Amino acid sequence: MRLFLLKRMISTVLTLIVASVVIFVVLEILPGDPASFMLGIHAEAETLAALRAQLGLNQPLSIRYLEWIGGLLTGDLGNSYTYDVPVAELIRDRIMVSFPLALLAITLSTLIAIPLGVVAASQHNKPLDFLIMGFSQLGIAIPNFWFAMLLTIVFAVTLRWLPAGGFVGWDAGIIPALTSLLLPTVALALPQSAILARVTRSSMLDVLKEDYIRTARAKGVGYWSALWHHALRNAMIPVITIMGLQFSFLLAGTIIIENVFYLPGIGRLIFQAISQRDLIVVRDLVLLLSAAVILINFVVDILYALVDPRLRGFNDG
Amino acid sequence: MRMLIQWRTLFIGIAMVIFFATTAMGAKTHLKMGMVLEPPHLDPTAGAAAAIDEIVYANVFEGLTQIDQNGTVQPALAKSWDISRDQLTYTFQLNTGVTFHDGTTFDSDDVVFSLTRAMAKDSVNAQKGLFKTISSVKKQDSHTVIIQLKRPTGSFLFNMGWGDAVMVAKETVQKNKSTPIGTGPFKFNKWVKGDRVELIKNKSYWGNPAKLDKATFKFIPDPAAAVNAMMAGDIDAFDNFPAPESLSQFSANSRFKVVIGNTEGETILSTNNTRAPFDQLKVRQAIAHAINRQAIIDGAMFGYGTPIGSHFAPHHPAYVNLTYTFPYDLETAKKLLAEAGYPNGFKAAIKLPPPSYARRTGEIIAAQLKKIGIELEIVPVEWAQWLDQVFKKTDYDLTIVSHTEPMDIGIYARDRYYFNYKNAKFQALMKQLDQTVETKKRYALLATAQKILAEDAVNGFLFQLAKHGVWNKNIQGLWANSPVQANNLTQVYWTK
Repeated sequence: MRLFLLKRMISTVLTLIVASVVIFVVLEILPGDPASFMLGIHAEAETLAALRAQLGLNQPLSIRYLEWIGGLLTGDLGNSYTYDVPVAELIRDRIMVSFPLALLAITLSTLIAIPLGVVAASQHNKPLDFLIMGFSQLGIAIPNFWFAMLLTIVFAVTLRWLPAGGFVGWDAGIIPALTSLLLPTVALALPQSAILARVTRSSMLDVLKEDYIRTARAKGVGYWSALWHHALRNAMIPVITIMGLQFSFLLAGTIIIENVFYLPGIGRLIFQAISQRDLIVVRDLVLLLSAAVILINFVVDILYALVDPRLRGFNDG
Repeated sequence: MRMLIQWRTLFIGIAMVIFFATTAMGAKTHLKMGMVLEPPHLDPTAGAAAAIDEIVYANVFEGLTQIDQNGTVQPALAKSWDISRDQLTYTFQLNTGVTFHDGTTFDSDDVVFSLTRAMAKDSVNAQKGLFKTISSVKKQDSHTVIIQLKRPTGSFLFNMGWGDAVMVAKETVQKNKSTPIGTGPFKFNKWVKGDRVELIKNKSYWGNPAKLDKATFKFIPDPAAAVNAMMAGDIDAFDNFPAPESLSQFSANSRFKVVIGNTEGETILSTNNTRAPFDQLKVRQAIAHAINRQAIIDGAMFGYGTPIGSHFAPHHPAYVNLTYTFPYDLETAKKLLAEAGYPNGFKAAIKLPPPSYARRTGEIIAAQLKKIGIELEIVPVEWAQWLDQVFKKTDYDLTIVSHTEPMDIGIYARDRYYFNYKNAKFQALMKQLDQTVETKKRYALLATAQKILAEDAVNGFLFQLAKHGVWNKNIQGLWANSPVQANNLTQVYWTK
């Protein structure tokens, strides 16, 4: 087991190093100079040179790469070219929007999808099942940005109950902050829950055919009790797999939703940083996201090994 | 039962939030303004982004002079000035009792510091050219400053009114990017990155105090989201609404006022004057004849915009109408092309930056030039790519961009500028203009300059960008025109 862990760790670190080199080089090849973006079309050559020197852009590539990695290892993510503040500060502020949004959306979609899926399965081929699956079909077909626009038109523009977008900030209080995240959460969660409800339903239908359910019912366990206590728990395995996959879709979804609701989140930060050639910010963010994916893979690998002893056995020889 | 009580608490909480939110709106000394782009930082002396000036110019920072609503120079931190007979020495009398927002006094030392900093070798001022004419800045006494010029400069007082020439304090200048400290009627309060910047009234302002207590600038890049934010009442005003196609929606709604004004933005079909076949005058003239400006304004700008025939703003007193120097005439255009050796036209590429005016105009231009046999390949580029390929390396045939700086006809005299236009006569004329102070003579020179550019058909001169202001009908004092890129809020107030 120890050898297995060590091997996995070495390969994780190597993957991270390769990712950092690729990110750095690709961003350097990209046409566009941060200094000329900042100074615009009236700048004189002399001013541009002064700014490039100030930003450290005229140092050789290898030195800049090593400085970047060295900084990262000591916890210094560098300063943003355009904002001129520490990148860590920028990312921290933005995560405070994107992460709660993703979390709220996944919670809401689960809360909606699982009961609906269970009810649909229990009413298999009855009108309620058709109704729920009809809505779920609609939910899958509707892109979330379009749904977001629809929500704004109804709840912000026409009824004027909720803001059309923006984020007041957590320091304005929990309730105003959650109010500004309400429409984005719904816009993200509903299409996701449509998919999740379908998976829950078909997984439940499979489990309900199993012998142990029949046994439980024969023993005198009530229908709903058998459904909730025996069937649902076993039906959850594929549902959780799908939820894990959905989390990455959710991250991509927040980039679009953040633009529709002009929320100051990670998605908009990446967008803006790329167009302004704020290379330090782009670099740090992309590496951060890659690191997150790599680490999740690492954890999943270990979990597999824990669950399935055969994997460990082979590696220990 | 406990569940019920919790729900009730939540419900009351929400009701209270709605109540307080609505009463806060009732007070009406708070203006919420929408902007498309977020500024990278808030120091107007260290960046070209228009969004910086749109927040801080005249509101937070002031210069020796200031540009008013009509584009004329007004006294600001300098209450008066004397100009020597040889036009080389400017003596500025500063206002007394002026303090920066951190409480320190503003005096001659700050003027010397600010201007010396902008002129310095390591200066990163985006408009360093404005200060080139200065040879020295000296303090005579605490409120008198003497500026010596290298040569007479007719536009000097105007130049000192630019956002890039505002006065900053030595002690706070390093932090102006994130917490700007100026002398203006509004103080910087807070910047929630990605969302908004808040300004509050400066209670110890030296001049006419602001009428608003608070101003919030909210950043909404997406035009559809901007429409929703206005309709939902999240935003009170958009100084320049990003989507002309939505304006009719606002004029039909009695809650809003739509005010069309003019800007300093000459939108042009920039042409690479050294690249064949555009290096031939006849080819450029043929293009000029083939452009139907009104069709472009109607098709790309939904009718908002004024046709131009040279690189000059139609609302300026020195403007000469040259729109019909090469009237729309496809036969003449084809003839000129044939004379230049292209009877069947040719192929070229047009690089289009992201703004919708550029992309839409580009598509219409491509369709129009096709009628005389010029096939344009449309290449959309990002701003950073545009700056690199088109602006810096001049690797392009044609492009479309709006030149939004005021009075920028001088760029055609630059040694290296991305049009690659070289005309010794024009360069001499600009030098002469720089040294002429008398208004009448200046206007005559400017008229000649406009004619030279029009006749040389340096670029395809298309239209002057209009400013589409949309705001709540109870707001007074917002500018209809934008002679400088600014949202001057100093005299803005709510009637109700």
